[in-house]
Amino acid sequence: MPISYFLVLSALLFSVGIYGVLARQNAVLVLLSIELMLNAANINLVAFSAFLQEAGVAGQVFALFVIAVAAAEVGIGLAIVILIFRNRQSVDVDEMSLMKW
Amino acid sequence: MARSYFSQYLTIGLFLVVSVGLVMGTLQLARLLRPNVPSYEKYTTYESGIDPIGQGWAQTNVRYYIFALLFVVFDVEAVFLFPWAIVFERLGTQALIEMVIFIAILALALLYAVKKKVLDWL
Amino acid sequence: MAALAQEILFWALAVMMGIAAIGVVTSRNVVHAALYLVGTLMGAAALYILLLAEFVAWVQVLVYVGAIVVLMLFGLMLTRAPIGRANFDNDQRLMSALTALAVFGVTSYIMVRAFEGQTIDLTRETGTLTSSIGEVIFSTYVLPFEVVSVLLLAALVGAVVIARRD
Repeated sequence: MPISYFLVLSALLFSVGIYGVLARQNAVLVLLSIELMLNAANINLVAFSAFLQEAGVAGQVFALFVIAVAAAEVGIGLAIVILIFRNRQSVDVDEMSLMKW
Repeated sequence: MARSYFSQYLTIGLFLVVSVGLVMGTLQLARLLRPNVPSYEKYTTYESGIDPIGQGWAQTNVRYYIFALLFVVFDVEAVFLFPWAIVFERLGTQALIEMVIFIAILALALLYAVKKKVLDWL
Repeated sequence: MAALAQEILFWALAVMMGIAAIGVVTSRNVVHAALYLVGTLMGAAALYILLLAEFVAWVQVLVYVGAIVVLMLFGLMLTRAPIGRANFDNDQRLMSALTALAVFGVTSYIMVRAFEGQTIDLTRETGTLTSSIGEVIFSTYVLPFEVVSVLLLAALVGAVVIARRD
């Protein structure tokens, strides 16, 4: 199977994630879109691991590390969102302009 | 029985298709056969006979978030335990020391949560 | 025959994942968005099985679908996002769509040009063995592995400090 199939699918997921990050107002939905982008990267890692079979399984190992890092990232990201919600009663990223000049 | 990788997953895929199809099919069949007489009472949420008050979307306590996060942390730990258990015999002491360090650091996280009293029952 | 079946499977998964991903970023209901994300993640897991990486596939199901999405649903419940037909998108939708299209066009053009005619050999009889993954983690990538535990510790401590009420 051509490797470009997987690469184009991953590029599609990444761009959809970019759209979500830029266009969504709810901070939790922005985090969901970031998950889409991390998954696109993972598909690339696994696809190249299958493509370069003689190079070993390093790609799959790094996909595992990306999944673990995504877990930590979501945990801390949601904690920040919850704190903002408690202080401002809103998770709207457009209203988070406290540190804007 | 040594069957190839894809034919084994083909069996799982077939099971998946048949089981999902069975549930969907019977539900659709029931939809065709049953009488359909909607009324307001039928669409209200069932709360053991009491009329529902307020909305179904209630805010949960923020303390439960810590429990969910602890679950995620130890889920990730479990993921690394599987490949470790397989190669443990071959790598021996080296793998043991690595995993002990890993678990000790995560045990620190649990210890911190206990010390900060976020795990106490309300 | 097998190659054709794999190709059909890939296209079915690709269409499903694409639709689910677009559902994530356009759904008007926050819980539906999270469930669309589950669709994308399960599609990715099936794709990993197709790519002979079964351990990564089941880790994806275990950690992403089983834990991270649950955490996301907790986040949605805790922030009491309004359910129903609320406006979740800001006024830069058009610019965002153009940016995403530009990124997609440029990256896919470069990728297709760079890997033209190169194929992945998916005809092996066995998938990647979990033992080979374990061997690589515990002999070559020991340091990243330990750093993961420090990262998880830091995330948990940070979340406890932030979410504790006092």
